Amino acid sequence: MWTTLEQIFPYAIVFTIPLLITALGALFSERSGVVNIGLDGLMIVGSFTGAFVVSKLQEHYQGSWWVLWVGLLAAAVVSALFSMLHAFASINLSANQIISGTAINMIAGALTIFLARNMTGSGNIRITQGFLPFDIPVLSKIPIIGPLFFTKMYASTLLVVIILLLSTFLLYKTPFGLRLRSCGEHPHAAEAAGIHVRSMRYIGVMISGAFAGLGGATILLTYSGEFTGNVAGLGFLALASLIFGQWKPMGILLATLFFGFASTVANVSQVIPSLAVFPPVILKILPYVVTLIALVIFSKSSNAPKAVGEPFDSGKR
Amino acid sequence: MNNSVKSLLAVVFGLIAGALLMAVTGHNPVEGYMYLIQGGLKNPERIGNTLATATPLILTGLSVAFAFRTGLFNIGAAGQMLIGGFAATAIGLSLDLPSAILLPLMVIIGFIGGALWAVIPGFLKAKYNVHEVVSTIMMNWIAYWTVYYVVPAYFKGTSLETESRQLPSGAMLHQEWLSNLFQGSYINLGFFVAVLVVLLVAFLINKTTLGYELKAVGFNRHAAEYAGIAVKRSIVLSMFISGGIAGLAGVAQYTGNASSIQIGILPTQGFDGIAVALLGANAPLGVFASALFFGLLYSGRGFMNAMTDIPPEIADTIIAIIIYFAATSILIERLIRKLKVRRAANKKQGEQDHVDNA
Repeated sequence: MWTTLEQIFPYAIVFTIPLLITALGALFSERSGVVNIGLDGLMIVGSFTGAFVVSKLQEHYQGSWWVLWVGLLAAAVVSALFSMLHAFASINLSANQIISGTAINMIAGALTIFLARNMTGSGNIRITQGFLPFDIPVLSKIPIIGPLFFTKMYASTLLVVIILLLSTFLLYKTPFGLRLRSCGEHPHAAEAAGIHVRSMRYIGVMISGAFAGLGGATILLTYSGEFTGNVAGLGFLALASLIFGQWKPMGILLATLFFGFASTVANVSQVIPSLAVFPPVILKILPYVVTLIALVIFSKSSNAPKAVGEPFDSGKR
Repeated sequence: MNNSVKSLLAVVFGLIAGALLMAVTGHNPVEGYMYLIQGGLKNPERIGNTLATATPLILTGLSVAFAFRTGLFNIGAAGQMLIGGFAATAIGLSLDLPSAILLPLMVIIGFIGGALWAVIPGFLKAKYNVHEVVSTIMMNWIAYWTVYYVVPAYFKGTSLETESRQLPSGAMLHQEWLSNLFQGSYINLGFFVAVLVVLLVAFLINKTTLGYELKAVGFNRHAAEYAGIAVKRSIVLSMFISGGIAGLAGVAQYTGNASSIQIGILPTQGFDGIAVALLGANAPLGVFASALFFGLLYSGRGFMNAMTDIPPEIADTIIAIIIYFAATSILIERLIRKLKVRRAANKKQGEQDHVDNA
């Protein structure tokens, strides 16, 4: 059992990371008061941008490591810009945020394949080399946690963990975080206190766009290696993680780890004797069923930001 | 402003954006649109195919629109469609009955399959206030994996691993005479089912007490409750009917347009249904019209792709942009209001000048 765990742990983490960063971005958006159901589309945009930039650069700079970081950065920037479509619709135009987010998903899915097909003819963009897994020198030798956390690690994983820590600090220990959260709870009180609610919401949506872009590009640069026009619904899973994690960074970390584990277990169940006794369909649907159960359990004590999803109208109190 | 004007403007803007996109990527937009329209309407066969392509969209659009009327956002039409189509396929493959009995049975079972799939989120919403957007997304994936494993286990296709066995001709909505009428098109009885459902839903929403109650819940849940309407029951019932209609979309798709059910894919029509409903302003006839329009774009794109080198995804892109414009129609309203104000001001000024000159 222990060796099984040791074997699947690194894979589970690799799968968790894109979900974690995307859900973390959505946390900023929802805490500022804007529901972002367009995460899936924003991840696709990130995956497309990453694939485009990295594959173009790799033609000239074969084997250079910085190329991957440029790809990540470009993905974050482009997805942040793309998320402005959602921000403009839901903040300036008081559009229904769920419909606007759905439009984002549709535009991203269609437009990126349209562009990819114009460029490569096939709609897929392959990169020659992504991040390579490595063992962290000293830490990986620590018994128990070494093999679990510090082996077969990707550089992008470290980046996301650092962002997680910084985000938590930013949201809960700085004036900026307090202001952002107040916009999602009592926007009118926030405005009365001199906070520019619309700007804060723009920032929230933009951060979610940037992080979702990172998420999409991370999938590409760690385990997929190819842009295919979708991210297998991970954006929606990130949204579920945010709710499952009750709009808190540590909750999100646990929720995404749960999804990462559940998916990995389901994927490898057929080759591991102790798991092969379960029918694969049970293992595949387990995370979704558990999420439904969790939603029922949390329904009495939801920590959702109070004003999330409501357009802000400063004339209405 | 009138809803249909808003929708038409959104369509116009979407088409303009599509033209710009074609031009920017080095294609000729006029040529593109010409072939796109020809591809959908050129001859009876293509017209039939356009109607067939529109059929599941009419149904998923109605499904989403129906839930919307009760204030519910059913994003799970894809999963309900998959389960409905699967249930009908399973019946069609398992029972050996005369067509006249088997086909209605498949339609009913398809409806029930989709309806039961949607009732779970409806119940969770009514009883525990679980947001239906998240729960229907979860149900989509549960449907996806269920079909993914059950089809190969019990209804495995002979040649392809990713499909079920082909349905026997007696268990298909596809009919020889209808196909011949449209010169070999794959149009099928599903289209008539869809038309019938449009009429039924229009009647239900506009002419019955139940429809009135559902709308009342959609307008203001608390006021409806105060007025004595059983809000929770309305929510569950609304999801039941909405899911059932999406299930019918699955029947039309997998036993009419196609002759087997595929695994490993959530039907895109489920998500397009959101677009269809939105463009159709959640009214049954509006949904019908917007589904036909999307059907035209989807069925014409293959021809366009064959005649030019414009990628077929331009159709999806145009639809997506239309939806963005429909969602942000307030922008259009503001623009028109501003124009009106300016025109009124000019007119006033003109009158003033006239008076001054006199």
